Amino acid sequence: MELLNAAIVLANFIVVPALSYGSQLALGALGVTLIYSVFRFADFAHGDTMSIATMMAIFVTWWLQAQGVGIAPLPIGLLAIPVAAVGTGILLLVIDRLVYRHYRRARAPLITFVIVSVGVMLMLNGLTRFIIGPGEQRFADGARFIISASEFKQLTGLREGLAIKTTQVITFATAWAFMAFLFWFLKFTRTGTAIRAFSDNEELALLSGISPKRVVTICWLLVALSATIAGTLYGLDKVYKPFNYFQLLLPIFAAAVVGGMGSPTGAVLGGYLIAFSEIAITYAYKRVAGYLLPESWQPEGLLQLLFTDYKFAVSFGILVVVLIFRPTGLIRGHPG
Amino acid sequence: METPSYDQKVILLFSYGRYILTFLAATELTGGYGSTNIIEDISLSVERGQIAVIVGPNGAGKSTAMKAIFGMITLRSGQICFKDKDISRLPPQKRVANGMAFVPQTRNIFPALTIAENLSMGAYLRKDNITAAVQQIYELFPILGERQNQLAGELSGGQRQQVALGRALMTSPELLMLDEPTAGVSPVVMDEVMERIMEIAGTGVAVMMVEQNARHALQIADIGYVLVQGRNRFTGSGPDLLANREVRTSFLGG
Repeated sequence: MELLNAAIVLANFIVVPALSYGSQLALGALGVTLIYSVFRFADFAHGDTMSIATMMAIFVTWWLQAQGVGIAPLPIGLLAIPVAAVGTGILLLVIDRLVYRHYRRARAPLITFVIVSVGVMLMLNGLTRFIIGPGEQRFADGARFIISASEFKQLTGLREGLAIKTTQVITFATAWAFMAFLFWFLKFTRTGTAIRAFSDNEELALLSGISPKRVVTICWLLVALSATIAGTLYGLDKVYKPFNYFQLLLPIFAAAVVGGMGSPTGAVLGGYLIAFSEIAITYAYKRVAGYLLPESWQPEGLLQLLFTDYKFAVSFGILVVVLIFRPTGLIRGHPG
Repeated sequence: METPSYDQKVILLFSYGRYILTFLAATELTGGYGSTNIIEDISLSVERGQIAVIVGPNGAGKSTAMKAIFGMITLRSGQICFKDKDISRLPPQKRVANGMAFVPQTRNIFPALTIAENLSMGAYLRKDNITAAVQQIYELFPILGERQNQLAGELSGGQRQQVALGRALMTSPELLMLDEPTAGVSPVVMDEVMERIMEIAGTGVAVMMVEQNARHALQIADIGYVLVQGRNRFTGSGPDLLANREVRTSFLGG
């Protein structure tokens, strides 16, 4: 019984949150890795792309709420995703046309693209704060829990409860649905294969008549869709705040690099790895120890490896270790 | 009056004997990378069903001449006529759509894609069903059929060359340009590749290739070009060049 209680504590505070946070990171890392495989640069604007996409989803949610639309127990935010994704797609294509295309034509070195993406990041960041403000927005509606901690305790008679939020399940399900779609698209459609071919050997893709314009457009649209889903799910699950999305960039980059830049499977693996590490390292294990250790062995401290405020240090640490010992990532992505 | 198409002109040629056509005619090409010219006043041509072979010492501008024909380097002067149209200003992708295919010497496959996917990318511009075309490639190169779901990057050098040829053929080209198709393959495979190239030319495709292995290549050449220092030095049929003493001693090792 003690063992079961300890397991429930771990599931409640580590496994369930890490699965949903990991799904959000995986989607973000997929966007970064897609951009990298087609354009060969690390897009610093991706966190803020997710932010502005979520902002659009929030506006659509508010509008739908004002119309009296509701799809309880699901949050309306889900309905807003397709609309916001279209808006984000248009925005990314406009940015590509106005900014990135110029540097592609000039055959600018890749570092230039990275710096340019920092510029785009600052611009998007400013735009978002200007429109919706820097404060927090909560836009999740519908049922809050699928099963709450107290319900779980009543149901099982255990001392510990396992709470599962609606948004956590939705996050997990939506993320996997999108990933299944993306993998199917890249593997089994002609356009998807063309994107992989372009990423693999650009010159030969041109010699095969693959139109770079088309590849670029489809890539940005896929990035827009993944960023909108990732951002909206994160906002529904936690809270929307522009600064948090900017900060998400680090764990997302870490996930993409750990998995192997340019490898979609790697991005998914990396997302979960980073999420589990971040949560497991910053969790205080005192309560688990309470069930597992005899009374005389009880620790006085919290048994917390790292204070929660330092959670970004975990991503950063993993990033550094991977870059030193296995720069190609878990799954060999593209060489440089 | 509308300008007659290539095929109409062929008919006209036979009926009146008025038009003199060359399938691909590159005349007096000058160009290179940056400001220096690598090729100067080079002229090359090939007809349907013929094999044209370009040989010459290292740095003679063989590959550059091929790239110039395909529009991959900027020309300073010269003209390229393909099917009686001036294509000198078309970008490479448009030339592909017009019926030209190019197999570069290196990086000529998609290593992260399977063999089948490599072939399907060759047929990217085709609207028709490509199953039959893929089967033809597998008949031409049986090993590719056996390994169709294997990543092209995992193959040996010779097999990679076959994938590269297969991908180019999937564009259903009328002109096939090959940059050292036998580089880095064993002598046995080399014979096989040469045989396949002859088969391809036998179906009416014009083949233009650069070969390091000059003696071997000139034996199957309908027309041969010896380039030296970016210029045409000798031009003639394969046997003529092989018989020419100067060509033999200077470029074929005696």
